[in-house]
Amino acid sequence: MSENIRKPHIVVINHQAANIHSVGKALERSGAEVEITDSAESLMAADGAVLPGVGAMDAAMRALEELKLIEPIREYAGSGRPMLSVCLGMQLLFPESDEGERSGLGLVDGHVARFDVDEPSEDGSRLKVPHMGWNAITFTEPDQDRHPVFRGIPDGSYFYFVHSFHCMPNDSQDVVATTAYGGPVCAAVARGELVATQFHPEKSADMGLKIYENFVRHVAETVASRVA
Amino acid sequence: MLAHRIIPCLDIDSGRVVKGVSFVDLRDAGDPAELARFYNEAGADELVFLDITASSDDRDTMVDVVRRVSSEVFIPLTVGGGLRSVEDIRRMLEAGADKVSLNTAAINRPELIREASAEFGAQCIVLAIDAKRLAPPEDVELDGDPDLAAESPWRVFTHGGRNPTDLDAVKWARYGVEMGAGEILITSMDTDGQKDGYDLELLRAISDSVSVPVIASGGAGNLDHMYDALHEGHSDAVLAASIFHFGEYTVSEAKRYLAGRGLPVRPPTD
Repeated sequence: MSENIRKPHIVVINHQAANIHSVGKALERSGAEVEITDSAESLMAADGAVLPGVGAMDAAMRALEELKLIEPIREYAGSGRPMLSVCLGMQLLFPESDEGERSGLGLVDGHVARFDVDEPSEDGSRLKVPHMGWNAITFTEPDQDRHPVFRGIPDGSYFYFVHSFHCMPNDSQDVVATTAYGGPVCAAVARGELVATQFHPEKSADMGLKIYENFVRHVAETVASRVA
Repeated sequence: MLAHRIIPCLDIDSGRVVKGVSFVDLRDAGDPAELARFYNEAGADELVFLDITASSDDRDTMVDVVRRVSSEVFIPLTVGGGLRSVEDIRRMLEAGADKVSLNTAAINRPELIREASAEFGAQCIVLAIDAKRLAPPEDVELDGDPDLAAESPWRVFTHGGRNPTDLDAVKWARYGVEMGAGEILITSMDTDGQKDGYDLELLRAISDSVSVPVIASGGAGNLDHMYDALHEGHSDAVLAASIFHFGEYTVSEAKRYLAGRGLPVRPPTD
């Protein structure tokens, strides 16, 4: 019984390239027991995990390699437990990026591309990069068909984006939502229990907190169903 | 479509808001966390905290402020003032700031922009520029980098507009972006505090010559001014202080007004 009502234990993977503080606080207020760590053992014992990230792909992959976290993250993802990846964290899921030399984690098929700054946008002005600020997202599926992390969020909700590269999944089924910046841009991804957002939910006020609440509740439900 | 951002700016001295919000019944109008909550609920898209603390002993206070605010307010937070090294910047980012703004320290040592950008990413490095019209440029002796010498009517100033530098504001903005700044915060010292509108020519000159977002600052007296800064000034975001702090307009009113004139904004919260 006590197994079912304990707070879900969620690990925030600390690879020194993210605003971890806000991620941890958003999870805490959503009812999680939060551990910010670079320990593979902690990750393997977690009910849920968050892979945050800002900055450059190469630097982040180098940090994950030095921390000996690349294989553990792949193993964790393979275990079918939920993982939420944010911003650069989402880009790290892909096998390769225009940004750098290093391979990504390769957990979602596709490519991470640079914004085409030379291409004028609809009104003739050039795109500013980074894509920085609040933008509206459009879901690819109706509410009830989405991964639970993305339910209850109205189409057209605004989220805070900061990125210079964008993800292009090979399988359109992996795309949960898009936003418009010089054309459609992948804003969120779900593949099994891997969910990811290009935007920062921890910086997106109430709608962003809703995503963390959904994630923590979903992790709690997966724990309960495993125990059952 | 990407929304134009409306950004209230708070001046902070030794951990307390100065020129604080004066129109609503806040328990403590000098408490940065309370004001951050207030502006978040009002629909602000982002917050800028400018540390105007004179003594460097009080820098730790700012780190605590940032940690407290980012623990309970979940919108982007930019912190500026007195950051001189990569380590200063790291402390602020670790405390929960999303971006830092660099001003005098970047003028004194432009390499700081490159170092910080390489370490933390361009997206969290804002180059803040205080500019003032100064003509004719040949009146001022040039001893700095000739490539950055004044050519446009706007010169970079330090110390709140008191001290002119050799730097041309437009060239300095472009150079800052080359060095790795991910955003430019441009304040006109001529229009700042006048409530008579932003310097639209300056905004357009900067915005059209850099590839990164530009935040307009200095001169907002009414909502028309904000519209002009975004539409005619080609800015991506507007920063304002007194217009919000003294309750002349709410953030929601500003957004409704801009939306009514066809500009994309994140819809107001009320």
